This record gives sequence, structure tokens and C-alpha cells, in this order.
Amino acid sequence: MNRELVFQTRGLTKIYDQGEVEVRALRGVDLDLYAGELVVMLGASGSGKSTLLNILGGLDVPTGGEVRYRDVDLSNADDRALTRYRRDHVGFVFQFYNLIPSLTARENVAAVTEIARSPMTPESALDLVGLGNRMDHFPAQLSGGEQQRVAIARAVAKRPEVLLCDEPTGALDSTTGVLVLAALEKANRETGTTTVIITHNASIAGMGDRVITLSDGNISGEQRNLRRQDPTSLTW
Amino acid sequence: MKVFTGVLAIKLRRELWQMRGQVLAIALVIAGGVAVCVMSLVNYSSLNATRSEYYDQYRFADVFAGLKRAPGHVAKRIKSLPGVETADARVEGWAKLEVPGFDDPVTGQLLSLPPSGQPLVNQVFVREGRLPVGERRREVAVIGSFADAHGLAPGDRIGAIINGRRQLLTISGIVESPEFIYVIPPGGMLPDYERYGVLWMNREALAAAMDMKGAFNSLVLTVKSGYPAASVIDALDRLLDRYGATGAYAREDQFSHRFLTDELRQLKTMATVFPLIFMSVAMFLLNVVITRLISTQRDIIAVLKAFGYGNRDIAAHYSQLVLVIAVIGLAIGLALGLWLGQGLAEMYMQYYRFPGLLFRINPGWIALITAITLVVAWLGGWAAIRRAAALPPAEAMRPEGPATYRVSWAEHVLSGIGFSQPSRMIVRQTMRRPLRTFLSMLGVAMATGIIMVGNFQFDSVTLMVHTQFARVQQQDVTVAFIDPVNSAALFGLQRQPGIRYVEGRRMVPARLINEQLEWRTGIAGIPEGARLQHVIDANLKSVELPARGLLLTDFLAQKMAVSPGDVVKVEILEGDRRILSVPVAGVTSEFLGVGAYMSLEGLNRALGEGPVINQVVMNVDPRYADRIYNDLRETPKVLGIAIRQAMLDSFYETLAKTFLTFTFFSSLLGGVIAFGVIYNTVRISLAEKGRELASLRVLGYTHNEIAHILLGEMAILLLLGIPMGWLIGNGLAMLLITAMQTELYRVPLIVTSQTLGVSAATVVVSAVASGAIAWWRLKKLDLVAVLKTRE
Repeated sequence: MNRELVFQTRGLTKIYDQGEVEVRALRGVDLDLYAGELVVMLGASGSGKSTLLNILGGLDVPTGGEVRYRDVDLSNADDRALTRYRRDHVGFVFQFYNLIPSLTARENVAAVTEIARSPMTPESALDLVGLGNRMDHFPAQLSGGEQQRVAIARAVAKRPEVLLCDEPTGALDSTTGVLVLAALEKANRETGTTTVIITHNASIAGMGDRVITLSDGNISGEQRNLRRQDPTSLTW
Repeated sequence: MKVFTGVLAIKLRRELWQMRGQVLAIALVIAGGVAVCVMSLVNYSSLNATRSEYYDQYRFADVFAGLKRAPGHVAKRIKSLPGVETADARVEGWAKLEVPGFDDPVTGQLLSLPPSGQPLVNQVFVREGRLPVGERRREVAVIGSFADAHGLAPGDRIGAIINGRRQLLTISGIVESPEFIYVIPPGGMLPDYERYGVLWMNREALAAAMDMKGAFNSLVLTVKSGYPAASVIDALDRLLDRYGATGAYAREDQFSHRFLTDELRQLKTMATVFPLIFMSVAMFLLNVVITRLISTQRDIIAVLKAFGYGNRDIAAHYSQLVLVIAVIGLAIGLALGLWLGQGLAEMYMQYYRFPGLLFRINPGWIALITAITLVVAWLGGWAAIRRAAALPPAEAMRPEGPATYRVSWAEHVLSGIGFSQPSRMIVRQTMRRPLRTFLSMLGVAMATGIIMVGNFQFDSVTLMVHTQFARVQQQDVTVAFIDPVNSAALFGLQRQPGIRYVEGRRMVPARLINEQLEWRTGIAGIPEGARLQHVIDANLKSVELPARGLLLTDFLAQKMAVSPGDVVKVEILEGDRRILSVPVAGVTSEFLGVGAYMSLEGLNRALGEGPVINQVVMNVDPRYADRIYNDLRETPKVLGIAIRQAMLDSFYETLAKTFLTFTFFSSLLGGVIAFGVIYNTVRISLAEKGRELASLRVLGYTHNEIAHILLGEMAILLLLGIPMGWLIGNGLAMLLITAMQTELYRVPLIVTSQTLGVSAATVVVSAVASGAIAWWRLKKLDLVAVLKTRE
């Protein structure tokens, strides 16, 4: 496996100041992520996994510690730099798809390819997730699983170096969820994009190269799978 | 349910506070409508009440009559005519006045006062000093407008040439009269306080100066209530015929009264048309905002219902929300309207000489406005409130289904344009709710239209005045003679140094009659080939004077129900008072005043007289102007002089100020509407699209790129709304000038590119302000929070 370092965090902390209560979401996380690997990040709700993902994705900045994306220091980047970083390097997939209802599947993908530096065509991105025949449908005309696959196509279409997925199957039943995971796995395999999937669903763990477990804002376990399990064999 | 203390009331208060920006924007639009309405009503009621109080208290006459000369005993017979309550037989005369330090010719109208001071009819209000009393022959009371213009005070002296004899008069007091609320020189169209004044003199003194001892030449009387003025007028005409009467007329034909009545009617129009526009916009805004608010509260409604709140409670809760906004708007509007109304009425006091202003507003009107505002506001929110109340709890608990979109026809039409995805979003958002988009556009259009209506009037009035003084009356100076003179006098004048060109004309007072319809006016006899005096048609082109027959102003022809070819009866109100039948040869269309025109030769022939004139119009060399004015003032036969430049100056000084004030306020109100509409549209749009915009931010779009999506929609509203507003404004302006057509003036419709520009600019500025707020709010968009929640 290629050991090129993509993300490196040291002593990462995040404190949310919610009025009179301080919520310590991250308590000094040290993490290394490598190019091309598929990492499943497991954790119960409140374990800090989403916070970590948001910081890695440039949606949020840490309270303390350091986070680097290759040579770029994300800990002290301003809004402009973070926007630039998201635009050029990161693909996101969310639990609730976050598609633009007024745009068709193809146009939703185009919304990203239009601003990307060397994207694939929206058509090939949709082909990758098996939606080549649903390209001109609006979100309201697609099932939940189909919408999530459009979201994946949108995320990979810009050929991002990292693909960050926050509970991508959280709103789906298991049959549909498997299809979505298969699409993610395929995208990771065919494009070589570093992929992080966060979930509270331990059944998914088998499909990753590595499984990292978070609890109470810290990494509590790490496990390397010798062989990635085919997502189609997963059930929950 | 507890209305003011319950949990729902707390919810209401917090929510109102949360959306205070929108609440204020809607309230301001409502306030705009209420303010215009109250302002116009206050102004109307106050002026109306002030006038009738003034008329009552100072016994304003019901009937007026002028005559050559009648012996004093005739007055007794008049007083015993059936229907006559009180009558005052007085002496009226004209003088040329000399005010120290003011070289222009000044015309004075003189009226007699009985030895006791106050007359029985048309009493005067003494503002300062006292009336001339007893045998003090050289005292006069002067009208306030004239005294103010020259800074005259009791004790000051002015010179007067009465009947060719110079006298030095001492001012005993400054007065006002119900007969001269609107002070305008006879035959003039615009006030000129410096060059025209009314003076009251002791009867003996005036009669002596006018050779009217034991006689009278002017009659004012009041009619017993319930008695028709028309039959008094008939009796007077029969009685005074042999004394050279010029025909009695009722209050309705009295100049100052008629002008004021026209003005009051216009105020009434304003009090209805403008609030209508404002209120309809406010209603639409309420509808949109409430609908949006309720759709975000579906789950709350469901929970409330699950706890046992009834449909009625829910409806009442949201009704309260609407009504609170309406009440805020109403309160601001009432306060603003009362304040503006008072200010406006005080401004009117500059043109209307009242002793004081009675500040009046009928409480019934206020109650009505309140009721209408609340009902209209509630109706605006009604559709949404009803939908909320009718929602079954289980259904309400579920989120609303995802928005359905289609590829819009606009994209097919504009397929040549390569839309970027954000632009595509803008187009589809706009097309998805065509009704709302259209209404928002209409809101922008209404705002543009209102501002236009405020602005076009100034251009129109300028054109009106310019046409009058540059196309119709091209003379620098108009000289009126006391009695007709032979037109040969023109040759003498022409030879004087500094006089470049002269023309004569003849003005004859007459009554035009077509069956039941009558109109008192003057017939102007204009010489053939006149260079300074023109009658114009609707296209501002000169109309050739017919050899035979009358030309009538179109407004007059309409009032008289005659058209070219018809024959009208013309009763000449001077000389032998002959009655003629004259065909109408054509119509003219001046903007100012109404008139009847004949060729000078034709008029004189019809009157059985030789080549006489009683007015001279001339162009003069400005270097000689002062000398010429002075010479004319010294000429005994000259009654008065009117100077064009002076009339124009006084016009711009007074009316322009009024129009600019009005323009400022209507622009302000239009701006408020524009802001209300655009701000709410943007805020609603932001609420609806927040999630999408945040998603795009996450995908790497910059703040400015997503602002483009939000503000692009606003730009479309402006691009389509403003031209639509120009059309609406044009329509409103047309409506307004039609409603405001009076005998005194018909404002032409002229919309300059400046007016279009100002209206568009005001709306754009409001939009930029709303846009800036939205831009700033977008900056604070919480990306993470938006992604964590389900739609």
C-alpha cells in the first residue's frame, strides 16, 4: 500500500461554547490518514466523529492542536482558504444527501464540475454510481438511495483527493444502503481517492482498509482489515 | 385560551421579536398606506372645516354681482327681494399702487367698508392693527399676502393712483377676507403677491375717489337658508339690468371659492387612490410572510394540536400575529399621517389665506381606517391561517414533501444561453412559484409607479407653465386699460423707445349658454396674424382664428356639451348687454384656464363697435423695462400691468416648493414599499434556500458565488418589475391627471427620462439595502448546523 500521508492531526481539540456549558467534542486526537485508503470511523453519537470529519473537511476549525492536509495547515486557515481547499480537494457525502431540489441529477453534479479544476463529466460520474439512465430526473423524482448515489457522483466528479462521508447510509434501509456503500467502494477503488466513512453502524466496518473507533472525543481503537469485505455481502 | 398571558402569547412575542426586521418592513408598508390616507384626510378635513367655519363666521356671500353704477336707494330694494338675507352694496375700484422700494407696477383692488368698519357680508378678519374707521379718509386695510410680500405693517404708507389721482394712504391694519382665500390677480392664473393686493377703504373716501358718491357698483349678499340662489340671481339680473350689471353669479362661480373647491376635490382623490395601492401591497406581503412562517411551524402546530389545542385556537394565534403587525403599522401610520397632514395643511396656508387653521379629523374616519387596515391585513394572512388550522396533526408532524421542480419554459426559450448551474437555480426558483414571483414583481412595480407619480407632476406642471408662457402668451408685458381705446393707440406705443413690438386685444366678459348649461368667462378678441398671442391645439400647434365663430377650450366645450358646428348663445356682460348667437368654429386645448376666442374684428363687429381694444400685449427691450413700466403706471387710462417674468418667478417660488415636497414624500413612501417587498422576498428566499446555499458552500462555492444565487433572484425582480412599474406609473399618472382636471388647469401627462431614472434609482437603492442585509446574513450561515438537520 502507498504510505503517502494525506492528513495528519496532533493533539486536536474542539470545544463548543454553548452558552454556559462547554462541550468538549474532541480531546486531543492524533490521527494519520494515507492516500488511497478507505477508512471507516466508528463511534456512538456524541463521540466526536462528525466534528473530526468537519475539521478534516474544512467546515470547521479546531480549538487547539494541529491539522495538516499534505503541506497545508488547516488549523489556522481563514474562510477564504478553507473554501478554496473544499473546492479543490474535498468531496462530501452527507446523511441527508443535500441535493439542490431545483437541479436535475446531471445538473447537481455539474454544479460541482463547473467550479472544479479537472473534473470528470457529470455523465461519467453518474455512470460510476449506476445512474446513467436517471440523469435528467429531479431529486423529488428519485428514491432516497438514488439521491444518495447522485450525492456520491457529485462528490467524486471533481476527482477530489479526499472523499468524506458522514453517515451516508443513515437515512436508508439496508438493501439501499448496501448499494450506496458499493458505489462508494467502487469510487474509492477506481479513482484512488482517500475515503473516510463515519458511521455508528459497526456492520460497515468490514469494508474498510482500516477501522478507527472514537469515543468521548478520543481515538479508542484502531484495527486493520487484511482484506476489504465486499459491501454487497454486508447486512444489518 | 389565554390571549395575552398564555404560552402561545409568549411564543408570539418571541417570534415577533425574532423576525423583527420583516415585521418592521411589513409594518412600514402598512404605515405608508395609512399615513398617506390620514395625511390626505387630515388635510382635507382641516381645510374644509377651516373654510366653512371661516365662511360662517365672516358671512361669506352666496351671490355676487358687479355693475356700472346704481344709486344707493336700489340697495334697499335689493334687501327686500325674496330670499335675500343681508346685502352689502359697496364700491369697488382699481388702483395702481406704489410701494416704496419696489419699482414694478402693482395693481390694487379696492373695496369699500362701511363707516362702522365691518360690512354685513364678506367681513374681514383683522390680523394686525385695525380697520379704517370714521372719517379718516386716507387709511386702508391691506390683505395679508400683499403686506407679507412687502413687509408692510400698520403705520406704513403706500402711494395709490385711483381714478387718475395720486393719493398717499396709511395702512391701518392687515386683514384677510373669505372672498380672497386664494389671492390671484383678476384674469391671472397664478398668484403674484408682490404685484397684486386687495385694499379696504372707508366707503366715503373710496366713493369720493371713484366718483361714486351715493352710489354703488358691487353687490354681495347672503341668501336665506333653503332659498334657491338661482332665483335670487334671476331677480337681481332683472333689477340691475339698467345699471350696467355684468350678471350676478353664485358662490360656486366665485374665483377663490372655486379654486379651493377644486383643490379639496383633488385631496379627496389622493386620499383614496394612494392608500389603495399601499394597502394591496401590504396585504400581499402579509400573505407571503405568514404563509412562509406557518409552513416552518408545521410541526409546532401538530404538537399543539396533539395536546388538544383546537383549530380555532391555532387560527386565533396566527391571526394575532398578523394583527400585531397590522397594529404596529397602523400606529406608525396614524402618527406619521397626523404629523404630515398638519405639516401639509400648514404648507397650504401659504397659498390659502385663512385666519388660522382648524386642525380637524373626524374620529369616524380614523375608526374606519383602523377597521379597514386590520381587516385587510387579516385577509392577507387568511389563506395561510386557514391552511394551518385545518392541518391534521399527524400530517403536520411529517415534514412537507420535497419541492418539485420542472425544467422551465424560460430555459427552453433561452436555450441559446449556456446557463451555469446557479443561474439555472435562479430561473427555476423564479418559475416554480409564478404567482409569488409575479406578485413580488408587482410589488416592485407598484413602488416604482408610486415614485413616478410623485415625480412626473413637476415635469408636467413645468411643461404646462412653459407652454402657457412660451407658446400661448409670448408677450413680456400685458397692459389692461380701464375702458376700450381705439386700436390706433398702438401706433403711439410702438414708437416709444424700448418697445419692440405691440399687439392689441379685446377682452369682453360674457355668459355662454347652451340650453341649461351656462358658463361665465371672457371672450378674447385676437387680431388676425397675431404674433404674441396664440391659441393651440392638443399637439401644441397654433390654431388659425376663424373669420366667424368662436374657438372654445376643449374643457369648456365639454362642459357646455358643444362641438364645432353647434351654435351657442353669448350674453355679453357689458355695454348694451346684447345677446348673440355664435357658431363654435373649433376647440383649443390650453393647459391653464379656460377661454373663448374670436377674431378681434369679428368680435368688434358683433358688438357693433369700431376697431377698439382694451388690452395691449408687448415685447420690450429689458434695458428700457423700468422706464416703460414707470410710464405705463403714470398713464391714467391704464388699469394694470402684468409682467411675464414676475409671474413665472412667483410660480416657481411657491408651487415648485410644494411639488418638490410632495415628490420627496412620495419617493420616500415608494422607497419604503420597495424595501418592504424586496427585503421580505430576500429574507423568505434566504429561509427557503438556506440549506441549499449552505450545501453549495460546503461543496466549495464562495460566499459571493452563493450570494449571486440569492441576489440574482432579486435582480430578476428588479429587471422585470421596474419596466412594469413604469407602465403602471404611466397609468396611475394618467388616472391622476384625469381626476385632477379642473377649470384652472389640466396637467398634461409628460414623463421624462429623468422621472423614469429617479423612480428606478430609488427602487434600486432600496434593493441594494435589502441585498446588503441578506449578503451579511449569508456570511453568518452556519454550514455544519444546516447539514445536520433534515429538511
